[in-house]
Amino acid sequence: MAPIPGRGLAKGLAVTLRTMTRKTVTAQYPDVQPELPPRSRGVIALLEENCTVCMLCARECPDWCIYIDSHKETLPAVEPNARARTRNVLDRFAIDFSLCMYCGICIEVCPFDALFWSPEFEYAEEDIQDLTHERDRLREWMWTVPAPPALDPAAEEPKEIAAARKAADKAHAAALAAAEEPKEEEA
Amino acid sequence: MTTTLDALVRCIAVLLVFLVLPLVIGQTEHKVMAHMQGRLGPMYAGGFHGWAQLVADGVKFAQKEDVVPSGADRKIFQLAPAVALLPYLLALVAIPLGPGDLLGQDLDAGLFFVLAVMGVGVLGSLMAGWASANKFSLLGGIRTAAQLMAYELPMLLAAASVAMAAGTVSLTGILGAFHWWWVPWQIVGGFVFFVSGLAELQRPPFDMPVADSEIIFGAYTEYTGLRFALFLLSEYAGILVVSALTAVLFLGGWHGPMADSLGWLWMLLKTFALAFLVIWIRVTYPRLREDQLMRFAWTVLIPLSLAQLALTGIVKVVIS
Repeated sequence: MAPIPGRGLAKGLAVTLRTMTRKTVTAQYPDVQPELPPRSRGVIALLEENCTVCMLCARECPDWCIYIDSHKETLPAVEPNARARTRNVLDRFAIDFSLCMYCGICIEVCPFDALFWSPEFEYAEEDIQDLTHERDRLREWMWTVPAPPALDPAAEEPKEIAAARKAADKAHAAALAAAEEPKEEEA
Repeated sequence: MTTTLDALVRCIAVLLVFLVLPLVIGQTEHKVMAHMQGRLGPMYAGGFHGWAQLVADGVKFAQKEDVVPSGADRKIFQLAPAVALLPYLLALVAIPLGPGDLLGQDLDAGLFFVLAVMGVGVLGSLMAGWASANKFSLLGGIRTAAQLMAYELPMLLAAASVAMAAGTVSLTGILGAFHWWWVPWQIVGGFVFFVSGLAELQRPPFDMPVADSEIIFGAYTEYTGLRFALFLLSEYAGILVVSALTAVLFLGGWHGPMADSLGWLWMLLKTFALAFLVIWIRVTYPRLREDQLMRFAWTVLIPLSLAQLALTGIVKVVIS
């Protein structure tokens, strides 16, 4: 059967009418905050208590937007005849968000969990130099870091919990065995 | 004295309708078009869903400088927006809103008057195109002229078919003679009339004369400020007039259940349904090319309107 002439025109009208009855996709952003997906990359937060000034983040950063200054402090020896210990103290930690490309490599590479993604994104500035966030500002972002999303129910157990469980199971088995032994002697 | 007062009240009422309804249609277009494209449209002006957007636009236009190009024909250039807008006001005078004398002025040659006056409206675009001293304006003006030539004929033929069926060219007379079975009888004519009306208003998909991707804004390219706003307003007034006229001629105007008391409501409902259709068509279809536009008029609309005229004549002879 040949297609009815004007069928395409009617289809076009149907499409626009159907779109009109559906919900619009417009986000009324300044009035209504967007619903961001988990793990959104808004800004990088620093938990400076965890930072050891290992400089890995600064060296891995592809566009060199992390500035770290530190100095060494000498701690008195704990035991007699021992060598005095030295320790790095963080003086400056800054991220220039006008250079940052939000790749997240610094966060991936940090061995001590000192850097985190925060979903906050409203930190536009009128002066580009104000986009360099110093350590106090980076520390403040820490309060906006959400708890990590729960694991998938079918996911593998996290390594820490698996190791702890293994140790606990071993201890439990040992305790049981210790309880069994005296009974055998009696019999 | 009472006749003077009566005339004054009627004039003011027509003026009010002319000032309010096109804005309502314009706002509807903003919102309907937005929602058909999955958007929200204006949301801020006036507080509630941007109802005052067109008022804000008007204020903005009024604040702008009124520029006349140095090479332009000053008088003609400045007169053109009025020539484009006023005919629709005049046309509105003769269109009946309800039964009895619920209209501006009952004219014996109402249909003739309305169509003649609407033809004048297009002169505004021609004047603007010619006087602007701009080649894009001139091209737009010439395209307007070509489109007017092509689409005026089927429009008149379709209107003539209704006049023939009613045996009168008075709009109240046509409505007085209306029966429900006129709708299927004249449906082809109605289609031709409505589509030609769209083309005459240069509404998409017949907006070749103002095709912004090719000739900027056609005849209105050089206009700014209030005069530009008047051209825009004339487009929406034109939608109102064409929708109202189609409703009167082909959909029975105020005819409907409880027409004696609610006639005006039926007329408004039909007019707004047609205005919605105008907006809907605008959102849905892309612009026709100039040659497609001409071919559509001469090879589809004119034969259809002639066929409708013949059908009307045959039925008229058979039933009389």
